Amino acid sequence: MPEFIAQWLNQNEIFTAMTIMEYWNGLVNTVQLVFLSLVIGLICAVPLAILRTVRNPFVSGPVWLYTYLFRGTPLLIQLYIIYYGLAQIPGIQETFWWEIFREPFYPALLAFALNTAAYTTEIIRGAIVSTPHGEIEAAKAYGMNWMMRMRRIVLPSAARRAVQAYSNEVIFMLHSSAIASVVTIVDLTGAARNIYSRFYAPFDAFIFVALCYMALTFILVFAFRKLENHLLKHQRPVTS
Amino acid sequence: MKKLIVAASCALALIAGGASAQERNLRIAFDVPYEPFEYKDENGELTGFEVELAEAMCEEMNANCEFVIQAWDGMIPGLLARKFDLIMSSMSITPERAERVLFSEPYYNTPGGWFARNDFSSDVTDMDAMKGKTVGVQRGTTMDTYVTENMGGIVTIKRYTTADDMVLDLEGERLDAVFVDYPVGEQTILTKEGFKEVGESVKLGEGVGVAMRQRDADLAEEVNAALATLKEDGTYDEIMNKYFNYDIKM
Repeated sequence: MPEFIAQWLNQNEIFTAMTIMEYWNGLVNTVQLVFLSLVIGLICAVPLAILRTVRNPFVSGPVWLYTYLFRGTPLLIQLYIIYYGLAQIPGIQETFWWEIFREPFYPALLAFALNTAAYTTEIIRGAIVSTPHGEIEAAKAYGMNWMMRMRRIVLPSAARRAVQAYSNEVIFMLHSSAIASVVTIVDLTGAARNIYSRFYAPFDAFIFVALCYMALTFILVFAFRKLENHLLKHQRPVTS
Repeated sequence: MKKLIVAASCALALIAGGASAQERNLRIAFDVPYEPFEYKDENGELTGFEVELAEAMCEEMNANCEFVIQAWDGMIPGLLARKFDLIMSSMSITPERAERVLFSEPYYNTPGGWFARNDFSSDVTDMDAMKGKTVGVQRGTTMDTYVTENMGGIVTIKRYTTADDMVLDLEGERLDAVFVDYPVGEQTILTKEGFKEVGESVKLGEGVGVAMRQRDADLAEEVNAALATLKEDGTYDEIMNKYFNYDIKM
């Protein structure tokens, strides 16, 4: 078997050091883009989710509108609007904003972060509103104010309930990031498309990249299982 | 009984003979719009240089042709999957493609042209002046290969799927210059305000050929014969002069 693989590797023209390097650079770009947008998205989502649960419609309304807009339109359209749309604003090329939006990385990061923040906001909001009443009443009986209740009772218990749904969102985000290649970013998919169009070998180019995404997903699934085990320790049956 | 068998085999031979004498069916694929080679006119009819050449070729080959629209990305896979039999969609002959498909003799060649905004003043052949500039190309074209090989470490190369996206980024000042098929640049860039051609156009590659499946060697011979006739009897020149004011004949 190893001989067979070695022979195949010697014969193939596609997986040379150069194309492997191209895939590697693509992997770095994908991981960077997805990781940064998830971090930004999560940081924005927690306060937005809290605002979304506030009774006052002037506070929760705008957040509702934002999540509705970003969950109601395809990510590809959002990316097109931000990448090509911003370049059409007259005079933007002369402002400092152009330093940021000239390169495709930041428009893509902005689109991805806004999109994942919208979904994560709704995930966390769902977890917050499903906090058992008893827990909140008990906290009130102890004399905790709103701030302390949020910090000690509501958010930790919401985090436990949100983590499973959030792991899905993270995996979806990884796969959605494949569309970054339409705005000239050479991510994993972009590298595969370049190599495909050079060698006209769709199977080799795309199956390899699919395996890369699967490996990344496997790492994410594994990490989230560890996190769930840690957060939901109290739910496991007691063993001697 | 014997008579019946003889009669039946005679009938079969007649049918088979009749079929081979009949017009053969060919499906030809185009990627539209790619003006002026293949596009739809105001009435939605498929037309253009290659479409008319294909029509003339089919007549010469006495074949019954059907035109299929296929996006560029799936062109070669579609041919191999027998969705159509011929590609006449400005496919340049390259060694990599020749591994997958069988090319006819080239039937035209257009140069690659450099286009930029009016404020662009560098010389595109001067590598020092081009250092750090951003250049746009269409992914997988001969222009892509040329820029990748000759200016790889010098300029930043951005690859686009469609020429439209690329022109939008040239307009939006994300690109300093683009290197595209000359007729495409002439149609989509020079028709707009504020753009110009920069530097000399570059003759690239071996030209454009009709692409077929490797196993259809007989068909390739017929295509070559038909194209050769068209080039000689003036039909080719007549069609070319309708669409171009320069020579692309090969």
